[in-house]
Amino acid sequence: MVLSPADKTNVKSTWDKIGGHAGEYGGEALERTFASFPTTKTYFPHFDLSHGSAQVKAHGKKVADALTNAVAHMDDLPGALSALSDLHAYKLRVDPVNFKLLSHCLLVTLACHHPAEFTPAVHASLDKFFSAVSTVLTSKYR
Amino acid sequence: MVHFSAEEKAAITGLWGKVHVEEAGGEALGRLLVVYPWTQRFFDNFGNLSSASAIMGNPKVKAHGKKVLTSFGEAIKNMDNLKGSFAKLSELHCDKLHVDPENFRLLGNVLVIILASHFGKEFTPEVQAAWQKLVAGVATALAHKYH
Repeated sequence: MVLSPADKTNVKSTWDKIGGHAGEYGGEALERTFASFPTTKTYFPHFDLSHGSAQVKAHGKKVADALTNAVAHMDDLPGALSALSDLHAYKLRVDPVNFKLLSHCLLVTLACHHPAEFTPAVHASLDKFFSAVSTVLTSKYR
Repeated sequence: MVHFSAEEKAAITGLWGKVHVEEAGGEALGRLLVVYPWTQRFFDNFGNLSSASAIMGNPKVKAHGKKVLTSFGEAIKNMDNLKGSFAKLSELHCDKLHVDPENFRLLGNVLVIILASHFGKEFTPEVQAAWQKLVAGVATALAHKYH
């Protein structure tokens, strides 16, 4: 699965539209993931996961910043995400199934806040982008 | 068997009452075919599916989407017995249509995304969670008679 030039354009323009809200959306996507897919909470026993949690907000911003970096380097995702790929493979070891769950909730969050921009073509490009990021992050698992 | 709390049922029926089933059905099926193009394998006789706009405007896609979502609406009236409600459709999807149940999960998630785009802030994490439970229950019910 390859990101076409059109996909990259769609992802970049979506990210431009999001502007400074990326961190907030990252937190919201995490909250949605924990609410809809409770098994994902098993990776955060050390977090306060209640609504409005500062830890979830901070972690959401971390995730969003990493995605923003990925958007800026779509021509070399393995390079840009190499350190995070190592982290997920050797330290965090989040089961690959969970990347789909968070990706879905990221799409839901974006659809909620930017319905006009979230056309079928943009939806497809974003789904592909999150899938590509997920693949890189799990690429060193075994 | 899936059990829905009173709050979950309220979150689901509350939103469903405001959904334009015909429009949403077409949009859901259309987006499934656009975002996951391999799902087009079931619709060779639908005509022009060559681009996102062709798919979203295709009258057969709209008609079939409406059919699918209307059936979903029936399920919402029977949330306590999804397996029973979908038994016949499950047999059909296995024996006649040969649809991999993974496609039900994909369509369910596309539906959730559409609801999010239509309802925005109203589609809170709690409301989403209730809907995720429903679409998972429907997918499981539709797969239940597979053999």
